[in-house]
Amino acid sequence: MSSTHTTHTAHTSTIGSIGTPSRRNTELALLVFAVVIPVFAYANVGLAINDSVPPGLLSYGLGLGLLAGVGHLVVRKFAPYADPLLLPLATLMNGLGLVVIWRLDQSPRLQQRAEDLFGAFSPDAPKQLMYSALGIAFFAVILIVLKDHRILQRYTYISMVVALVLLVAPVFFPAVNGAKIWISIGGFTIQPGEFAKIIIAIFFSGYLMVKRDALALASRRFMGLYLPRGRDLGPIITVWAMSLLILVFETDLGTSLLFFGMFVVVLYVATERTSWIVFGLLMSAVGAVGVASFEPHVQSRVAAWLHPFSDKVIAQTGSDQVAQSLMAFGSGGVLGTGLGQGNSDLIGFAANSDFIFATFGEELGLAGVMAVLLIYGLIVERGIRTALAARDPFGKLLAVGLSSAFAIQVFVVGGGVMGLIPLSGMTMPFVAYGGSSVIANWALIGILIRISDTARRPAPTPATNPDAEMTQVVRP
Amino acid sequence: MNKPLRRIAIFCALLVLALLARDNWIQYVQASSLQSNDMNRRVSIERYAHPRGNIIVGGKDVTGSVTTPGSDFAYKRTYKNGPMWAPVTGYASQAFGATQLENLDDGILTGNDDRLFFNRTLDMITGKKEEGGRVVTTLNPDAQKAAFTGLGKRKGAVAALDPSTGAILALASTPSYDPSTFAGNSTKDEKAWVKLQKKQDPDEPLLNRALRQTYPPGSTFKVVTAAAALQNGLYEDIDAKTKSPLPWTMPGTTTVLPNEGPLPCKDASLRQALEVSCNTVFGKIGSDLGEDKMLKTAESFGFNSEQFTPVRSNASNFDKNMNPSQTALSAIGQYDTAATPLQMAMVASAVANDGTLMEPYMVDELQAPNLDTIEKHTPKKLSQPLSPENAQKLQSMMQTVINSGTGYTAKIPGVTVGGKTGTAQHGINNEGTPYAWFISYAKTDSGSPVAVAVVVEDGAANRDDISGGGLAAPIAKNVMQAVINSKH
Repeated sequence: MSSTHTTHTAHTSTIGSIGTPSRRNTELALLVFAVVIPVFAYANVGLAINDSVPPGLLSYGLGLGLLAGVGHLVVRKFAPYADPLLLPLATLMNGLGLVVIWRLDQSPRLQQRAEDLFGAFSPDAPKQLMYSALGIAFFAVILIVLKDHRILQRYTYISMVVALVLLVAPVFFPAVNGAKIWISIGGFTIQPGEFAKIIIAIFFSGYLMVKRDALALASRRFMGLYLPRGRDLGPIITVWAMSLLILVFETDLGTSLLFFGMFVVVLYVATERTSWIVFGLLMSAVGAVGVASFEPHVQSRVAAWLHPFSDKVIAQTGSDQVAQSLMAFGSGGVLGTGLGQGNSDLIGFAANSDFIFATFGEELGLAGVMAVLLIYGLIVERGIRTALAARDPFGKLLAVGLSSAFAIQVFVVGGGVMGLIPLSGMTMPFVAYGGSSVIANWALIGILIRISDTARRPAPTPATNPDAEMTQVVRP
Repeated sequence: MNKPLRRIAIFCALLVLALLARDNWIQYVQASSLQSNDMNRRVSIERYAHPRGNIIVGGKDVTGSVTTPGSDFAYKRTYKNGPMWAPVTGYASQAFGATQLENLDDGILTGNDDRLFFNRTLDMITGKKEEGGRVVTTLNPDAQKAAFTGLGKRKGAVAALDPSTGAILALASTPSYDPSTFAGNSTKDEKAWVKLQKKQDPDEPLLNRALRQTYPPGSTFKVVTAAAALQNGLYEDIDAKTKSPLPWTMPGTTTVLPNEGPLPCKDASLRQALEVSCNTVFGKIGSDLGEDKMLKTAESFGFNSEQFTPVRSNASNFDKNMNPSQTALSAIGQYDTAATPLQMAMVASAVANDGTLMEPYMVDELQAPNLDTIEKHTPKKLSQPLSPENAQKLQSMMQTVINSGTGYTAKIPGVTVGGKTGTAQHGINNEGTPYAWFISYAKTDSGSPVAVAVVVEDGAANRDDISGGGLAAPIAKNVMQAVINSKH
């Protein structure tokens, strides 16, 4: 009797594992493409600029292949049921980013600029390769150490403190190029906002998972909207105020938008109350207009967005970056100039970080940029798919928080360099030059992979529990 | 929680969609305006990325290219005999843009023209270095040299045409400039450029006087007035007496229109009136014909419209809505009448070509880098200001001007020459130094090879010495002679 029943449960779990195949081989096949495409792009740059296959091609290919291989093996061993698309897509973007950074290293104009400003030029691509290796290492550590994402829930309030420290820290360090988003420790400069993005997502998810019932149910209905009670408005007002403080004291439009946007998304998902979205939009509108009315930094960004080609605005803001970026995109046209053959280096400052997307635009054209945007879109949607599949509310909230933060970041940077919205100093995930950014984004992918592994993993067999076995045998 | 999750998924998709839409907007819809934006340095980079194709005169290059190391502009334009050819070539400067042929045929010269697409693709496949095409002009080097050296240090301009085709044979403007001096992007180039600006140099060396400056045409305009008289049947016999009282008071005024001295202008025939340049006879023709008829003839010669050679010339002016006395003054090339040297060369060429005015042009052929013809100019008729019979009558009159009238200095032995002098007063109360004008054409057995207009504005010369016959005619003679000699 008991044996038949055991067979039965075993049978169910077998079906379960057929229903969610691990897809590790799919991931491996996709990874091959994710490595080969950037390698071809790398060769393309060398051929276009120096008429020869670049000497570093083999080591670059091996390096990227090694990173992808390590990533894959770690996933295969420690997260076997994870989403098969996330790792290859991130690897592809990271690889393409390296190629474009290397391409901009070859620019005589940028080399000259670095020599004029800093006395010497040092290529950024090797550093970015090192950061990518660190990123993959961080990714591996997360998958190995973090056996279950629900562990993070324990650190809800610690996360809050850490995130606050990270966000506030740059205020005490000197501004770099007009924005206070950096801290420097022993020669290293870190952009704490990138890490804070992940940590604060943990806090939001943990906090709202606990408070969601109170926030969702204790409300009055008014004109079709559920109005929250006054005291329940506390958290959203706190986060809102913090975002505004970031905007005012660190003059960082992007980070401010990112945190508030992520909070509203997580709040909405947790409570299922549309009223929060309405409140969120109202508050960000009030905040943005309010700050813009007195903060010159924000005003100049808005002016540069509205009139990128006006001589007056360029003289006022001291930079024609937005105009240069738009002209780079326009000059690329539909098919682009081809890698290595554009003049996006005319942007000068931050050509390979905040504005790297303009090089994609000019050299890969409309076709290339649409492909890149769709890849970003895929990463985001796979993240939300993970949230849908997750079985626990904390996992759902964390996955959607991280995914939407990623989406907002892509929108804010892409929209900024393409003149859709005012520019804000943020980096395009994975492709832009910058250690903090690439490491933090690998960590973000790591957490998403962990959640998706947990979500897609077949349910553990109750048969392993002898107590369960006992209780089952009560039937005659 | 899944319902809001799906909505967030849609929201994120909308964010990406917004970026996709924006990208299509800037990379497709607005791409060409962003590409050609004035601030877009790529335009100049592309212009100087390859050795620029050359502008050809008489089978020889008048331009060249040299490499400029240490700049993002790979090549720099050079000019052979720059000041002489500047009114034709214009300039192509790394720092200050391009004008005239250098600008208008930029696509051919850089090799980026759509019509060179096949060539470009072929070169890319065969690995040949990209280079620009060639612009072959109609100019005659000898005539240009005669015009440029003839003007010398004086201010002025010369335009010469082939009457049968409209081909521009000479186009000189002085004082000129050497486009080589500011073709680059260095501080030296900038200094040279600043020095040439109107603020620094009131003589405006950058002004192309042959195409872009209008002068009162003075007595040379009487050719147009004579044409109007013949075409409208006011007078038919050029040797018959006209109804021209002396002195003649302009209609509606008490002002007597003076002649230049005691000339035999009373009832003078058209031939005689043109020979000695009677203001009274032609002034009265103007007021007799009336403003409408005068305007019609002037416009059929090209007045009041810009010409595109392809380099644009300013529109010459003959006023509309004038009273009879203003029309009389306009008919002798005064009042508001103003003409470019090219315009007056067109007048002479229409007369020489038996009344048919051909469209003036200076680019004969556009060639691909491999010398294949991309575009060849076919002469086009612009208008018919005169009937052939009337044109021949007018030719006869203009020949008398040369043979026994004010234009004797332009006589060429063994060649039939017709012409008209002009001394145009200008300035408040006519106190400015007058402009010396001369228009003429030469005729051989095989038709007319050249028509020319010369204007000299010489502030330095003695006021009394300035006359079309004295200053301008010898230059016109040398230009015509050069064209005739090069035909043999």
